[in-house]
Amino acid sequence: MQAQSTYNYTVVRQFAIMTVVWGIVGMLVGVLIAAQLIWPDLNLAPWLSYGRLRPLHTNAVIFAFGGSALFATSYYVVQRTCHARLFGGGLAAFTFWGWQAVIVLAAVTLPLGYTSSKEYAELEWPIDILITLVWVSYAVVFFGTVAKRKTPHIYVANWFFGAFILTVAVLHLVNSAAIPVSLTKSYSAYAGVQDAMVQWWYGHNAVGFFLTAGFLGMMYYFIPKQAGRPVYSYRLSVVHFWALIFTYMWAGPHHLHYTALPDWAQSIGMIFSLVLLAPSWGGMINGIMTLSGAWHKLRTDPILKFLVVSLSFYGMSTFEGPMMSIKTVNALSHYTDWTIGHVHSGALGWVGMVTIGSLYYLIPRLFGRTEMHSIKLVTLHFWVATIGIVLYIAAMWIAGVMQGLMWRAVNPDGTLTYAFVESVKATYPYYAVRLLGGVLYFSGMLIMAWNVYKTVVGQKAVDAQIPAAAGAHA
Amino acid sequence: MSDFVHDGWSFYIAIITVVSLLACAVLLKAMSTRKLAPGEKPGTTGHTWDEDLQEWHNPLPRWWMWLFYITIVFAFGYLILYPGLGAYPGYLKWSSQGQYQDEQQQAAATFGPIIDRFLKQDVTAVAANPEAREIGQRLFLNYCAQCHGSDAGGSRGYPSLRDGDWLHGGTPEAIRTTIIGGRNGVMPALGAALGGSEDVRDVVHHVLSLAGRTHDGLRAQRGKAKFATACVACHGADGKGNQQIGAPNLTDDVWLHGGTEAAITETIVKGRMNQMPAHKDFLDAGKIHLLTAYVLGLSGQPRP
Repeated sequence: MQAQSTYNYTVVRQFAIMTVVWGIVGMLVGVLIAAQLIWPDLNLAPWLSYGRLRPLHTNAVIFAFGGSALFATSYYVVQRTCHARLFGGGLAAFTFWGWQAVIVLAAVTLPLGYTSSKEYAELEWPIDILITLVWVSYAVVFFGTVAKRKTPHIYVANWFFGAFILTVAVLHLVNSAAIPVSLTKSYSAYAGVQDAMVQWWYGHNAVGFFLTAGFLGMMYYFIPKQAGRPVYSYRLSVVHFWALIFTYMWAGPHHLHYTALPDWAQSIGMIFSLVLLAPSWGGMINGIMTLSGAWHKLRTDPILKFLVVSLSFYGMSTFEGPMMSIKTVNALSHYTDWTIGHVHSGALGWVGMVTIGSLYYLIPRLFGRTEMHSIKLVTLHFWVATIGIVLYIAAMWIAGVMQGLMWRAVNPDGTLTYAFVESVKATYPYYAVRLLGGVLYFSGMLIMAWNVYKTVVGQKAVDAQIPAAAGAHA
Repeated sequence: MSDFVHDGWSFYIAIITVVSLLACAVLLKAMSTRKLAPGEKPGTTGHTWDEDLQEWHNPLPRWWMWLFYITIVFAFGYLILYPGLGAYPGYLKWSSQGQYQDEQQQAAATFGPIIDRFLKQDVTAVAANPEAREIGQRLFLNYCAQCHGSDAGGSRGYPSLRDGDWLHGGTPEAIRTTIIGGRNGVMPALGAALGGSEDVRDVVHHVLSLAGRTHDGLRAQRGKAKFATACVACHGADGKGNQQIGAPNLTDDVWLHGGTEAAITETIVKGRMNQMPAHKDFLDAGKIHLLTAYVLGLSGQPRP
């Protein structure tokens, strides 16, 4: 059959295009809520208020933008590195339409105020069930493809994609366990500090597996491909893979320092967060050192620029994270905008940049071209995005440390030097710089959308041939 | 979910933590055996995927390996010194509760004398002391300004503390009682008790007349009778209120929830619930004394 001799690029194309669309939507909402913090009058209606749009922003960028990117790249990579067409064509199509339905439902219910109130898991139980169905189908499609591979070994990128898919399934099922009282309202199955612990076990592993392991899978394919060099060290991939997925599981309690969570749990969360430094950096080293012997390509190739700078931000935020998990540092940084800066150096710098770089590699190849319509626009996107990130995280670092210091400043008579509102007032200029950074990053996505449109328009969708395996039959 | 109180859980946590950290070290040790002789090329693992994807067979970077070991050693050191291994409290016997209590005691020892020296003085004397007023203002900005405003002018639903109008009394003792125990202000919903919306409107116009506001005289006259049955118990026959139960004076044209016809109608029909939280659990006697004096000193001052 014709269809069986080619890779299934249809679902990859769908997810790849939607990644750009949802990126624009999610970042636009981010820009709006950043503006609301400067001009509260922009809270124009209840469904446009900060409290409802903030979860919409996080859900849109993590699960719609990041999720679509992970679907697109994992489906592409698993086929190309297994030399096998995607398992379960109908099921793969279901994952696309099901995931888009989840996103649309999120975009409707969150502004309407329906929320489970669990951070990064705000969607109510009927949507949670749909997520579960999509995710199980995703696992079947992915592991089914791995199972029918024509290559003797499983490529490292697939280890990371596989770990991401399995773990997110477990995280979602455990954390979203709830008792429904109506179609739109449910209560968590856990109470009190146990609920908090389950929530942050989920929350930090959402970072560790959705936003790290999955994107490391992306990195392990697109960097060696774009650089045309072998991965630096197989051994390093083995150690950092197992150590990363193992230690991330323990790190959640660092979100609950100095709370009702017992001290022993806080300590264990902290030490495993510190141990996590080396496994995280293993991925950065393996990616960056893959370029050894090909450094000159960085000067001319904007896609490599995206990919390598994403690893630099990855290394930076995975150094910052363990430092912030130390109790004494956390006592200063917790509840301040430093946390927001940390998250965005990971989200814009690592997740965003590696996704954008990978899409610039991927999209032309899905439409029978070898490169994007305009390389100059890719370079422009790179610089606009990089400047945007630097402005954003520098502003939030300064604001966060300033807030932490203002909140703890004490007069000679023991009274607090600053009322809370004074720290809010002092943060305004940094909110303005942050908004500027966000607008720049968002503009980069608009440049990308135009470039993608020009690359795709009028082109025929092309599905590549599966290479005939040597000695393979039947 | 119930608590896990059996001793076995403590061992479970301690063992699984130690084994997990050791497992990281064992994995690292097992994978760091490979070394390259000087000048030796690493070569690839011999696998190829997707036309040209390969992997070098490089050993682990040494500096990275040592970084990993150091974090594991640090983790063990930390678990010996601090709580982490189940119920074992750690060599230093540190706890977040203990740290909190230490810091509280230290703060009490350092700042207590500065605050408490005013306790010996009468509230009115403290209210006249500029230094005490400055400390009082700083306390006010952190504990009270969220509701009453940084100028103590209040806002809708939150009383002004500077207009001389007191819901629960403006004597030093009344103010102190309010800060210590908080207050509950309850106006019951009277829409049904008064009859139809026309009856409510009559009472509203009577209330407007009490405050000297523009009103319909005929309605106010009709409303007066209903006021005498439904409202006097709390607000008094003359509408001057009752500070014993926190019922506001309706004749002074000072409005906590608004003095328009619409606002008064809403108050009567739906009732009001107001709460001032108690502060006795987080403010000691010295601070409450200073705040009482500060609030007393604010009273009767016009808005700036």
